[in-house]
Amino acid sequence: MPHNISAPPPEQYALSRPTYTPPGVLRSALIIARKDIQVELRTRSTIFSALTFAVLALAISFFAWDPTAVGPTDLAPGVLWVIFTFSGLLSLHRSFGGEQPTRAADALIAAPIEQEGVFLGKALANLVFIAAIQIVTVPAAALLYNVSMGPIALPLAAIVLAAAIGLVAVGTLFSAMAVTTRLAELLLPLLALPFFVPIVICAAQATSKLLAGRPAADVNGYLRLLVTFDIVAVVVCTLTYPSLIEQ
Amino acid sequence: MRVSKLAVIAVASVIAVYIRAIFFTPADVLQGVVQKILYVHAPSAWVAFLAFGLVAITSALYLWLRDPKLDYIAASSAEVGLVFTSVVLVTGPLWAKPVWGAYWTWDARLTFTLVLWFVYVGYLILRDALDDRDMRARYSAVLGIIGAALVPFIHLSVYMFRTMHPMPVLLKPSAPSMPPVMTVTLVSSFVAFTLLYAWLLRERYQLELEREAVAQREMTRSVNAESLA
Amino acid sequence: MPPPTLLATHLTRTFGPRRAVAGVSIELNPGDCLALFGPNGAGKTTLLRLFGGLLKPTSGTASIDGIPLPGGPQVRAKVGLLSHHTMLYPPLTARENVEFSARLYGVTNPRQAAHAALSTLGALDYADTSVQSLSRGMQQRVSIARAIVHTPSIVLADEPFTGLDASGAAALSAVFTQLRDSGATLIIVTHNLDEALSLCTHAAIMRRGRFARLDTAPIPRLAEYTALYKELSVDAA
Repeated sequence: MPHNISAPPPEQYALSRPTYTPPGVLRSALIIARKDIQVELRTRSTIFSALTFAVLALAISFFAWDPTAVGPTDLAPGVLWVIFTFSGLLSLHRSFGGEQPTRAADALIAAPIEQEGVFLGKALANLVFIAAIQIVTVPAAALLYNVSMGPIALPLAAIVLAAAIGLVAVGTLFSAMAVTTRLAELLLPLLALPFFVPIVICAAQATSKLLAGRPAADVNGYLRLLVTFDIVAVVVCTLTYPSLIEQ
Repeated sequence: MRVSKLAVIAVASVIAVYIRAIFFTPADVLQGVVQKILYVHAPSAWVAFLAFGLVAITSALYLWLRDPKLDYIAASSAEVGLVFTSVVLVTGPLWAKPVWGAYWTWDARLTFTLVLWFVYVGYLILRDALDDRDMRARYSAVLGIIGAALVPFIHLSVYMFRTMHPMPVLLKPSAPSMPPVMTVTLVSSFVAFTLLYAWLLRERYQLELEREAVAQREMTRSVNAESLA
Repeated sequence: MPPPTLLATHLTRTFGPRRAVAGVSIELNPGDCLALFGPNGAGKTTLLRLFGGLLKPTSGTASIDGIPLPGGPQVRAKVGLLSHHTMLYPPLTARENVEFSARLYGVTNPRQAAHAALSTLGALDYADTSVQSLSRGMQQRVSIARAIVHTPSIVLADEPFTGLDASGAAALSAVFTQLRDSGATLIIVTHNLDEALSLCTHAAIMRRGRFARLDTAPIPRLAEYTALYKELSVDAA
């Protein structure tokens, strides 16, 4: 069967084919974050399970540590931040799982985007999920423990955001690693928890001081350390993520 | 079994230091003879951090140069480092109980060492969970770099949290407040332990090289068998 | 003279001691279509992954429009990757999946492009159904739409006819024909000799990482090729 198609000369065909500009790092991050959030809204698997866990854990902590014996303002910060950590881990688990069954990860690698953008997109989506979980958990803790968090709402929100950024930076990177191994469920908490220590220490101590009525200026040291941690963590994790992907 | 010069020097210096420590260095007036555990505890802590530093450096170098030998050094240093970290965590409470009255007091240094221990364990379990040699090297290197960047924060935050450790008697800006005879023993123990670390690191590294050579031969043999079938 | 669209010179890729691709050389220009046959494990998928920028060559070179692979985003933007894995997100609809791909490639009007791609593949009726509730054949059509939504100038297809019924296969052939006629370069890995030979300008049989045979236009008749293919496949088994 003779092949008698005459292909148009390259210049002509190049003109007829539209050239698109691939998105840059930030734009591709937003595209991927949007997709991850879309998937989550459709399945509701992550937020639902993490929220259920958080509220149940709050209740169990209440039974385990009787707030009539120890003051609730002493108890609440610890409980809150432990639950933050573990519900965070729960939601990080599914961060990269969705790409595996249909090899969607291949499409992400073949796409004309920088892999740093993929990492930032996934981390951003995780941040949204963690924030959503905290918006429910913190008021729930205030309610169940009968602790008034209204007056400290703004500084507390800042602490939660700063802690979430650090958690998400480290957690997204480690979940990318863990998902490719056979010990995924063990590896993510094992790798991540030591690096959550600075986050938990700073956040819990700051929350505790704020609840005890100390002025916001007192917690500046903790907040500064937390924010510095965030900056370093985001930069290092974003820059090392592509080394995980390359072949 | 061939015995290298380094092995002889390392073991000999450790023995020499301990002879000096036990028989020729006076015990601390307040703490009694148990204070001599310092000559195991402090140099072990030094080696634990030295080993971690080497893991961090070789990790960064590996991602840059991609030489597998750098990966073997990192892995060896991590294993040896874990051992010395464990020694710190065991000798610390042994010292603390008679001197402070409790085995574990969550003081800043020991707590930090505990978290470091978990970082080491995580590193080694990650390596164990990856079978692909190239992936294992890359992932470990990334973890090494993240560790290097974030471990200082663990240190700072733990310190902010608690301080109960005896203040560093050697590194005060003015003259060290330990009597010279003790200082000499302490410094010698640091040197001896560093030699010990160097020897163990090299042995472990050689072992890794041999393991890799065996694995390569096995793979080549099975690939050849496969293509003949 | 402009550089060839796809050029490989002694392209080699090893995994440990195993040579998946062992010295492949080929040159393809706009409008060329290579049908790639071979037994399983011959290295066809690895070769495609090398051209798609998913793998780095161990030795030898590969380039797209003169730019060595794996290149940066500008090079990857020209490639459309197709396989029997759908690379779709099951909870999302067909439209959402294709739009996502369009956005990643910087397509100026993702919604319109996705609509057009789905329509070409005859999948428009299912555009707003979630992918997980679609049949395998329809999923494959959506996957193809995803791959071509950014009008790539190079299409790498790894067993794309998998799961397609007769009308699906016809739609795909039409898409390939249209791409080829508009000057795209195609590599199609398939066990479907019939379809491929009627489309393509080049044909190759791959065995143990290298081209056991490479024919350029005019390529042999189907009967002749079938015999050759069987003979070379049996050898390798």
